[in-house]
Amino acid sequence: MWKTVLRRILIMIPQLLILSLLVFILAKMMPGDPFTGMINPNSDPKEIARLRQEYGLNDPVWVQYTRWLGNMFHGDLGQSYIQKVPVTSLIWDRAVNTFWLSLMTVVLTYLIAIPLGVTAGRHQDEWQDHGVQIFNYITYAVPPFVFYILGIWLFGFTLGWFPISGSVSADVNPGTFAYFWSRFYHLILPSILCSLISTTAIVQYLRTGIVDNKVEDYVRTARSKGVPENVVFNKHILRNSLLPIAAFLGNTITGLLSGSMVIESVFSYPGMGKLFLDSIGQRDYSTLTALILLFGVLTLIGNLLSDIIMSIVDPRIRIK
Amino acid sequence: MEKQSDLLLDIEHLHTAYRLHGKFYDAADDINLTLKRNEILAVVGESGCGKSTIASSIIGLYDHKNTKVTGDILYNELNLVNLNESLFNKIRGNNIGMIFQDPLASLNPLMKVGDQVAETLYYHTDMDEKARHARVIELFNQVGMPRPEEMYEMYPHELSGGLRQRVVIAIAIACKPEIIIADEPTTALDVTIQAQILDLLKEIQKESHSGIVLITHDLGVVAETADQVAVMYAGQIVEKADVKTIFQNPLHPYTRSLLHSMPQTDDESQDLHVIHGTVPSLVNMPRTGDRFAARIPWIPASAHEENPKIHEVEPGHFVRCTCWQSFHFQDEEKKG
Repeated sequence: MWKTVLRRILIMIPQLLILSLLVFILAKMMPGDPFTGMINPNSDPKEIARLRQEYGLNDPVWVQYTRWLGNMFHGDLGQSYIQKVPVTSLIWDRAVNTFWLSLMTVVLTYLIAIPLGVTAGRHQDEWQDHGVQIFNYITYAVPPFVFYILGIWLFGFTLGWFPISGSVSADVNPGTFAYFWSRFYHLILPSILCSLISTTAIVQYLRTGIVDNKVEDYVRTARSKGVPENVVFNKHILRNSLLPIAAFLGNTITGLLSGSMVIESVFSYPGMGKLFLDSIGQRDYSTLTALILLFGVLTLIGNLLSDIIMSIVDPRIRIK
Repeated sequence: MEKQSDLLLDIEHLHTAYRLHGKFYDAADDINLTLKRNEILAVVGESGCGKSTIASSIIGLYDHKNTKVTGDILYNELNLVNLNESLFNKIRGNNIGMIFQDPLASLNPLMKVGDQVAETLYYHTDMDEKARHARVIELFNQVGMPRPEEMYEMYPHELSGGLRQRVVIAIAIACKPEIIIADEPTTALDVTIQAQILDLLKEIQKESHSGIVLITHDLGVVAETADQVAVMYAGQIVEKADVKTIFQNPLHPYTRSLLHSMPQTDDESQDLHVIHGTVPSLVNMPRTGDRFAARIPWIPASAHEENPKIHEVEPGHFVRCTCWQSFHFQDEEKKG
């Protein structure tokens, strides 16, 4: 299997090269450059021109591309034009924030979705199932930003239970317990709200899996062996029903780093999604291209991880 | 459960009804059957005649919400009808083993086949893991699987249809049950494998002195394996006798039509006999009259009983309705 994994990683190299080229071209095609925003009646055109020259924006396009790509290989994602800090450190800080928010969201999502899916599948067409279906329709149909804003209004603004923006309070010092508590406290509301409306796919896959599997012949065989009903359910029905969920586990894991643009924007949470949106708004090309490339890498790794996970949990799937 | 007595199963007035559109309809209607030790009882009939319903009623595996079972299924003085589930779980797999039709679908795709056999032993014996493993290897040898140690570690999709069915049989006989219910055990298999599996079943039955209920639509299988035969039509038993009588002196029109529709290899000039029409569905089942009457319309209505009963026409030979006395095939009428 490891040979296959290695081969898959090698195949990723040309894929990434193509992606990098596309990203670079798109970035170049966007109107304006990082210094366009600085132009105002007081700005010195010579100064702008000097900056363009200094940052290499006057070089031929292919020189810019190879320089960018070469730096990338050395782990140098460039300098943020706007924030004036290395993109690497910018992304690192944001990725850490996003990781905690996403991790908490994913854990909560599974904690909510799996019991709901199991209940719905077990009690197909009974009131429990109808209840779960109604929950599903609502959480799937409500636009996330509306849901988040309602949540902020109710729990943050009206009831005042949770902070409504940022990742940590300004008045605590890093390293203290108060700091960690503050960070955790800032995660609670966004992660609960986000997980509540992320459950739909898992609940539906699980419900359908259970409904389909519980009438399968092998379940009847298990019963004919005298296996008690709760074991039939957990060992035979549930395990087979979890397969479709395992299929997107890989992308869920890599998704821990790419974050969510909507939740991070609404909560002004300094994570990857917000960084991405901000760098679009500010035409921060170096950050933007680095992020798109990173998201691409994460997607490719996520797919590979999913395949590996599937081949572990389902003996019928063997990657060759 | 201790294992004794020659009469293994005594089914009396069994009615199994399924709920359809809010009403219950009998899929098995007043079934009376007995299964003795060392006997293979074949239940024959076309699709939808209720033969699998009998199997699921015996082993208690049906949708309890939408199925109503009444009557008695006596096993060692224990009535299996509506038996408490935890008690039934001690009997299933231990005293009654079941073999299913589709050997691929009958095995859990995520479990090693060896573990699936061992699971039966886990619930009915006090063997430890090592002993269970050894017993599975022994069983794999018994059901004729090559390289049993290797087979233990295989997953169902890695085995051929015949080998899978051997695994299913190994599951069924793991605890040496007195009763084995085989629901169309050879239908999904190649003809060459069919014969091997039937031989295996007969062999197991001889060795373990168990009784087998063989559910099939294949008269060839019946002729080859059965001792007693019950022919079913539209939820009812229409004829019941030993295998010799059924093949040499069939009486009920349905039994005769079935036998008549078997291809004759020695007479190629003859067209294949066809029983016209279909089995009435549960909802459209006639309340009175002979249920087969609609498919032999050339027989006058007066020949049928109004509420056909089972008659013992000779010792051990039971036939429903009296219409058999005046039955003839339609082409016979033309000829003569």
